[in-house]
Formats: sequence, structure tokens, C-alpha cells
Amino acid sequence: MTTLVLVPAFNEAARLGRVLAGIRAAAPDADVLVVDDGSLDDTSGVARAAGARAVRLPFNLGYGVAVQTGYKLAVRERYACVVQLDADGQHEPADIPALRAVIERGEADVAIGSRFLPGAAPYRLGVLRRLGMALFRLLARLLTDVRFSDVTSGFCAFNGDVVRFVATEWYPTDYPDADVLITLRRAGFRLREVPVRMYPRAGGSSMHAGLKPIYYVFKMLLSVALVPVRREAAAQKKGLT
Amino acid sequence: MTDGLTLHQTVFALITSLLTFLFILELVRRRRLREEYSWLWLLTAGVMIVLVVWFRLLMIVTRLIGAVTPLNTLLLFAVLFLLAIAVHYSVIVSRLTTQVKNLAQELALLSARLDERRP
Repeated sequence: MTTLVLVPAFNEAARLGRVLAGIRAAAPDADVLVVDDGSLDDTSGVARAAGARAVRLPFNLGYGVAVQTGYKLAVRERYACVVQLDADGQHEPADIPALRAVIERGEADVAIGSRFLPGAAPYRLGVLRRLGMALFRLLARLLTDVRFSDVTSGFCAFNGDVVRFVATEWYPTDYPDADVLITLRRAGFRLREVPVRMYPRAGGSSMHAGLKPIYYVFKMLLSVALVPVRREAAAQKKGLT
Repeated sequence: MTDGLTLHQTVFALITSLLTFLFILELVRRRRLREEYSWLWLLTAGVMIVLVVWFRLLMIVTRLIGAVTPLNTLLLFAVLFLLAIAVHYSVIVSRLTTQVKNLAQELALLSARLDERRP
């Protein structure tokens, strides 16, 4: 099964090398794609030097647009599996095979790396983030038949059908998170959580800084609230099959 | 209560709405404003002109919506139209954002493919 490991990166030239080496070791047969989200440093150069493919966006468009660029490439080149993880070293590349295996064995269409399942490394969070996560977990529980332990994980794997789905205009490119999981589930995809290790950031700038968390919570509430009344997702799924 | 507009009010309202109408037309003529984005402005100014000139209609509308004076009606309509124009632009900006996003992604994918062909 052809697998693409997708790494969205913004100004990560300093940390990217170690992550790419980890990916190489964990998934030597997979292609690695770094989507450089208009970095000011040499992120794409570092990626190419490490043997990864690099796609560079002409200006900074945000995390969601960067990963979706990768999905679009994966659709065009017919990858059967896409694993995505962050470039800043928060996600442990050694856990890639566990996510991949779920997709390759066809056990689920989406494998979500969870830092809160039994078997995951302990992960400490501030009170506010924990509160926000509990809220979105509850919403996901109410709107789907799945009990998610980690609804804000950017460490996950998709099969080809799901990638075709998220490469379309339906995908919410500003802060895709819980709303994506809920919509995927409601569109009929099978989701499965897998315990993974995640580490606190080792420098660089988080996309959740300043006033952005407030916007994030607002956007997510609105987006989640609209999931049940948006019909396009289900229609999209039908169009695929 | 509904004594109608004073001469001052009529002249002022007429001049501002006429000037707005002509200004928008001039922008379109000089191709500084696209036709597709001018219609809501022209409609706003046009309705204002009609309401000022056709006084009976203004009175009917004033009674209909329960406004105190005809001037209130004019102002209310002006605010409503501005609101409509603002929402109209939000929709346009959203569409443009999506288009720019797609163009940027396409450009990035194509230039990556070119780079990979000639090392």
C-alpha cells in the first residue's frame, strides 16, 4: 500500500531535520511530503536536503490549508494512505506504524492518534485547554456514536477515500479539528483511536497563541453546531463511492 | 406627527442620494468599480431618490413600519442597505478567500512538480 507521510511546517527549519529522520526510521518505504506554509526560514530546503519532497505555499495560509495541499497531492498521485504529523517534534514518529497498520489492515478509514488512551504517554495540559477539550469531546459524543478521547489531535492517518473527501471544499481549512472528526463520522467513515506519544513543544511558535484560542473555540462551536444542518458532507461521500 | 419633510430635508436628501448615484456610475464608467459590485449601491441610492421624490410612498412606508417621521424612514432604509452591502461584501470576501487558497495550493503543487522534474 502506497503511503504518504504528510508534515505541515511553518518556520520549522531548526526542528524539522530530527522529525524527518524519525519518520525515515519508522516508515522507510513511505514517501515523505513537507508542506512549507510560506516559511520565512529555509524549511523546504531542509526538507529536500533530508530526502523529503517539499511543496512550498507562496505565503502563509495556516495549518488547515497546508495539510489540505498535501491531501490534494495525495489524491492526484493516488496514495492509498496518508499519515500526518506535526513538524515541531510534538508527535512521536515511532508511532506512525501503529496508525498506518489500522489503515492498511482496513480496520478503519481514519486512525486518530490519541494522547489520552491507555497505553499513551502521559500528557499534561493547562486548565483552559483541558476545559476546551472536555467541551468538544462532549459535543462529539452528542453528535456521533463514537466516544473520542482526543478530539484535537493532529497526528492521524486516512485511507484514500477519506483523503479524497478532505481534499474538497468541504474541508474547514481554518483550524480543522473536532468538526472534521464529527463530519467524517456523520459521513459514514469508520474512525478508530490509537494510543500515541505526544510531547510538549520544544520552542517555535504554536498556532494557538494570543487571542487565537478564543477565536478557535468560537469557530469550533459554530462549525460543530452547523454540522447537523450541513448536507453537503453526506452528498460528497456518496459522490465518491 | 407626519408633517412630511421640510424643504431643507428634501433638498439635502435628494442631493446626497443623487450624488451617490452619480458617483457610483462614474466609478463604473472609469472601470474603478466592477458592474457586478455596483448594483447594490445603485439600488440603495435609487430607492432613496424614489422615496424622497415620491412623497406619498414615503408616508405609506412610514406608517407601515411605525416610524415617527419620514426622515426616520429614510435613515432606517439607509442603515438597512448599508448592512446589506456589508454582508454582500463579506460573502464576496469569503469567496475570494477560497479562490486565493485554491490558487495558492495549485501554484505550490505545480511548482513542486516542475522542481522535481529538473533537479
